Amino acid sequence: MIAEIGLAVLWMAAALAALQLIAGIIALRPKGAQLGTLVRPVAVMQGVLVALAFAALVTLFLTTDLSVKLVADNSHSAKPFIFKLAGTWGNHEGSMLMWVTIMAVAGGIVALVEKRLREDTLIATLAGQAFVSLGFYAFLLLASNPFERLPEPAPEGAGLNPLLQDVGLAFHPPTLYVGYVGLSIAFSFAVGALVTRDVGPAFARAMRPWVLGAWIFLTLGITAGSYWAYYTLGWGGWWFWDPVENASLMPWLAATALLHSCSVLASRNALRAWTVMLGVVAFSMSMVGTFLVRSGILTSVHAFAVDPERGSFILALLAIYIGGALTLFGLRASTVTEGARFSFVSREAALVFNNVMLCGILGIVLLGTLYPLLTEAMGVKVSVGPPYFNPVSAIFAIPMMLVMAVGPLLRWRQDKAGRITWPVAIPALISAAVLLGIVLLAPRVSLLSALGLAIAPGLALASMMPLRGRKLRRTPLATWGMVVAHVGIAVALFGMASESAFSTEKLAAMNPGDSQQVGPWRVTLQGIAPVAGQNWTALDATVAASYDGGEPTMLHPQARTFANPPGNRTESALKTRWNGQLYTVLGEEGEDGRWQMRFWWKPFVPMIWYGGALIALGGLLALLGRVSSEVRRLVATGKIAYRRERQGR
Amino acid sequence: MRYLMLALALLLATPVVAQDMLPPAPYAYKQLPDPAQEAKAQALMETLRCLKCQSQAISDSDAPMAGDMRHQVRTRIAAGEDPEAIRQWLIERYGDYVSYAPQVKPITWPLFAAPLLFLALAALLLRKRFRRSTNSGDRA
Repeated sequence: MIAEIGLAVLWMAAALAALQLIAGIIALRPKGAQLGTLVRPVAVMQGVLVALAFAALVTLFLTTDLSVKLVADNSHSAKPFIFKLAGTWGNHEGSMLMWVTIMAVAGGIVALVEKRLREDTLIATLAGQAFVSLGFYAFLLLASNPFERLPEPAPEGAGLNPLLQDVGLAFHPPTLYVGYVGLSIAFSFAVGALVTRDVGPAFARAMRPWVLGAWIFLTLGITAGSYWAYYTLGWGGWWFWDPVENASLMPWLAATALLHSCSVLASRNALRAWTVMLGVVAFSMSMVGTFLVRSGILTSVHAFAVDPERGSFILALLAIYIGGALTLFGLRASTVTEGARFSFVSREAALVFNNVMLCGILGIVLLGTLYPLLTEAMGVKVSVGPPYFNPVSAIFAIPMMLVMAVGPLLRWRQDKAGRITWPVAIPALISAAVLLGIVLLAPRVSLLSALGLAIAPGLALASMMPLRGRKLRRTPLATWGMVVAHVGIAVALFGMASESAFSTEKLAAMNPGDSQQVGPWRVTLQGIAPVAGQNWTALDATVAASYDGGEPTMLHPQARTFANPPGNRTESALKTRWNGQLYTVLGEEGEDGRWQMRFWWKPFVPMIWYGGALIALGGLLALLGRVSSEVRRLVATGKIAYRRERQGR
Repeated sequence: MRYLMLALALLLATPVVAQDMLPPAPYAYKQLPDPAQEAKAQALMETLRCLKCQSQAISDSDAPMAGDMRHQVRTRIAAGEDPEAIRQWLIERYGDYVSYAPQVKPITWPLFAAPLLFLALAALLLRKRFRRSTNSGDRA
């Protein structure tokens, strides 16, 4: 019954989206204005209905209703609650339903709260949003119905991949989806503003919170995903330039560029065409990411060719949305003037430079990710991995970091380089000193790591410079946000460079009682014992680790075995200190009865994820700053209106 | 000393290469005694793809085949082979797919041309932008 209700509600929501689109289009014509009043309530209602459909699917998963095909294929009655919940979106159909849910709910919120934008631009935006949603409704209802029933209920479910049975991963996909969908709202705003020729500061201010929100979630999603890969895959790697990772990185790069150019448009009324273009690119990258992950094309071009239905559907949507948006942009580009001018030495110029560099990195990642697919289609299999991505993206990333250190110190529109000599010279000297120190003391550190280690402290200091001479308590939250996020970049950079320059590895076959030295740590295998969890059993090693002869701490790396479905997973054990992390893994038992143990000492590696968290926190502060000043402004205008009314009487 | 090491390495290497794909490959989970050689081997292993896994280097994988390949790489490094020669040997055996570092060939030219193209595009875009804006910046 619940499944049928869910499906019915989903159809109704799709119908409302169609109504929202049609009413929106008619309302934008000269004689259809009265239909415009329909658009907002319909958008809200659509959001409510689709949320109900999603709630229905969650209920089916929580109660493990095995007569529903999706539940039987992806869940199991013995799974812990949290993974039953996560099972809802841990599969193709569920994740697509989650996508439309977030999109429609976000559209409903725009309809409810957006009051500053010109009414016709808002209607065009909501119509655009409905147009995007309709494609996904069609995809769900025609090609991937999540509520399909089985002719006979299954006796038991097939379960969830053990690698995915991890709390971190349970919330990883929704985080990224919120990010992707936030960018779809930015896209709709861009389309709306193009349609009504209203590309200006008001449009940028309406779009900015959505871009910021999407960017925060993408940052969190990427950071959490990287940490998850680091501690579950069991080899100490934290970024692999894997296509799935790249699929989340590309929208982030585009969103970062969009965020900055959107700010310039909102406060300086410059970079109009550039901002609209980035809005289109950012959402395209979300769609490309979804296509890569959802079509199965990554395992092989041929796997895609065997069952091309889903992939083709997403590809067709991608072509329609992006092609449509670019055509619209081409038609209207001449009417979008560039806006206010600025000189070569100005904050706008620094932002433009870095936007171009971000686009360069984006181009490299996109090409490197798609290239193996292209050559495979031509019959040649090649791999593009870290030896390509690291140095080539650095060509763009290093100048970007340097300009990023200087940019926030510059004034808008026009500035003199001589004015900021000292605030720039001090961090530059620090970076140069660090670089010299590395070259002299640790000549074997690779060039990229050395540059990273040197740039990071200078960048961190330069990023704090905008606070000098300010009263800290009266500094706007948005400025704090920028400072924190930029420092976060420096912190993460330092962690990455330190990890690649200074990690030490120890692989050893050990008997209980044996000891090994890894970096400053002395590790002793004390014993191996079987343990059991709710749906797994494991071998559990007790490892005593002492840092530099200090008190030993006990670590418990495990090798887990799952039953439903069968599978294995190593569970590494980590010991974090202020200056790094000890990473221990229990491998297999050798023929001589000794255990394969793996240990790494990774100096300052947690800074990678602390940095990611700081970047997200910076975004959050900026968002809070913007929203609170909006609220203050609304309250103030409300008060003025109230007073006027009273005086009038 | 170097000759002794070489002799030792050869002594270790020959029987091992002979039985190459048999399971107990000693250097799959064991490091080379010489840290400099191990660092060389590690750097190479990080750029070789595990053919049985999805997107993992052989230095990051529990798959038996990755273990065998690690063993191959370590014994060959210990025997004094050049890392790039080992890469070429693996490419001959398994195809370009095994190397995460794309090889410069006609089919990968666009991959190497792209960064230059992007740089040129970026320079063009920025130059256009700033020339126009500095002209109009001379106001008043």
